[in-house]
Amino acid sequence: MTDTRIEIQANYLAAMRQKRLLSGILLIVFVSLLLAGFQTANARNAGGFWQGLPNILDFPADVVGEAWDRKHLLPGYFAKYARSLIETVNIAAAATLVGALMALGLSLLATRRLAPAVRLIGPIRRLLDILRAIPEIVVALVLIFLLGGGPVPAMIAIALHTIGALGKLFSEVNENASLKPVEGLASVGANWMQRMCLGVIPQVAPNYLSYALLRFEINIRASAILGFVGAGGIGYDLRNTMSWGQGKFDEAAAIFLLLFATIIVVDQISSVVRNHLAFGRQERALTS
Amino acid sequence: MLEVSDLTKTFGRNTAVNSVSLTVAKPAMIGIIGRSGAGKSTLLRMLNRLSDATSGQISFEGKDITTLKGASVRHWQSQCAMIFQQFNLVPRMDVVSNVLHGTLNRRSTLATLFNMYPASDVQRAIGILDRLGIAQHSPKRAEALSGGQQQRVAIARALMQDPRIILADEPIASLDPMNAQLVMQSLRRIHEEDGRMIIANLHTLDTARRYCDRILGMRDGRIVFDGTPAQLTAGVARDIYGADASFSEAATSTEIETLEREYA
Repeated sequence: MTDTRIEIQANYLAAMRQKRLLSGILLIVFVSLLLAGFQTANARNAGGFWQGLPNILDFPADVVGEAWDRKHLLPGYFAKYARSLIETVNIAAAATLVGALMALGLSLLATRRLAPAVRLIGPIRRLLDILRAIPEIVVALVLIFLLGGGPVPAMIAIALHTIGALGKLFSEVNENASLKPVEGLASVGANWMQRMCLGVIPQVAPNYLSYALLRFEINIRASAILGFVGAGGIGYDLRNTMSWGQGKFDEAAAIFLLLFATIIVVDQISSVVRNHLAFGRQERALTS
Repeated sequence: MLEVSDLTKTFGRNTAVNSVSLTVAKPAMIGIIGRSGAGKSTLLRMLNRLSDATSGQISFEGKDITTLKGASVRHWQSQCAMIFQQFNLVPRMDVVSNVLHGTLNRRSTLATLFNMYPASDVQRAIGILDRLGIAQHSPKRAEALSGGQQQRVAIARALMQDPRIILADEPIASLDPMNAQLVMQSLRRIHEEDGRMIIANLHTLDTARRYCDRILGMRDGRIVFDGTPAQLTAGVARDIYGADASFSEAATSTEIETLEREYA
């Protein structure tokens, strides 16, 4: 017994040393790549990282300074920009809703074990990849050129990106769903649509919802950015107020505060909704 | 050695543990019995400081445990090992690493992140696994082991801590009878050979009678029985479980559960 124990100890220690050596080498490679990469990037930089570092807070300091000097004006700005904020949030909400619904359908078609046509899985996944790969600002610029400026092109651009992003996440959630209820429904003669709607969706709905709400937050920011290129909303106002030397930094600060508050509100609402979903499930489990 | 006085834990309006007082003079193997929800787990979790007491005091060798904070709580936890019903191992790490986790309180965070355990610790870990008869599984992932083997890994992790007390929360409730016996025998041997104090929550009367020196019965958060296995008669057990005269001396846990359901 002790012989085998000594053998086990020796083997384990040898394996441990080997693993340690390997991770040591990896660490050295990683650190040297990081340093070399920094050198290359810094050499191409106009200016230089270390010289620029002390100035990094200049812009925020200007914004905060001006806003503080004129803080009595902030409530007025909030009222002034509330309209554009609503437009921005609207673009994000519509895009998230449309994108999530399309993503739901595509994700079911792109999940192995669930998809009705195995041959379509590959093409649909590539389609989702493409939708994720194209920056939404490019899509928006093209659409603005074709359809004219306004919220609709921005909404379509963000929705397309949302389909790609949520489609992938949803399909990963689907992969972890249990197939047992699906099998149970198949045994009573349910068709594919019924099996998905009654067997899969109830399992994955809470995860879908939390991903979709996270996407909504991301989309609010994206929709604000698209305002910079003429999609309207609060991004347009932000561009106008943020340019250096206009003396409108107090208004920019008000817009930042509005965006910040919006994200907090969405985050709070989504955690309440999520808790409600999780808690509701528990309650049902207890009564059954 | 261990002194608990007026220990109480409330969750909202529910009182899980209701002014429990208890003195243990020398290392013993103590079994706590009682039906689900009697406060057994809550009591053990408070002893380990996994959860804080609402009021009351725990002291070990004159030192107040309930008021410890920060690093001193973690130091106490390293001396007071805990074994769980569901083993609570890290499933994707190998068995020896799981056992080495018993030394985390003595190691720096950085060293453990890079898996830098001294060779002497590795040898001791495998020695403990050998003592529990599972050394041949050392390099496997914990999740690849059966329930009984995983529980013995958890015991090895506890032993690696070199603790003064081992708390076991339903250590055999999710094991088959054969493995349950192996785990209980290991715990008894650890008590007898190392002289460590062991406090175990148990589901079955016969296990408590067979392996423990002293048995506590809990009902609705209070200790309603404290005595030797011989003193645990059918009548006393009936009181602890709140069952009526049809409750038989030879009752096993499953039968108790059916009784409970009938009279609930």
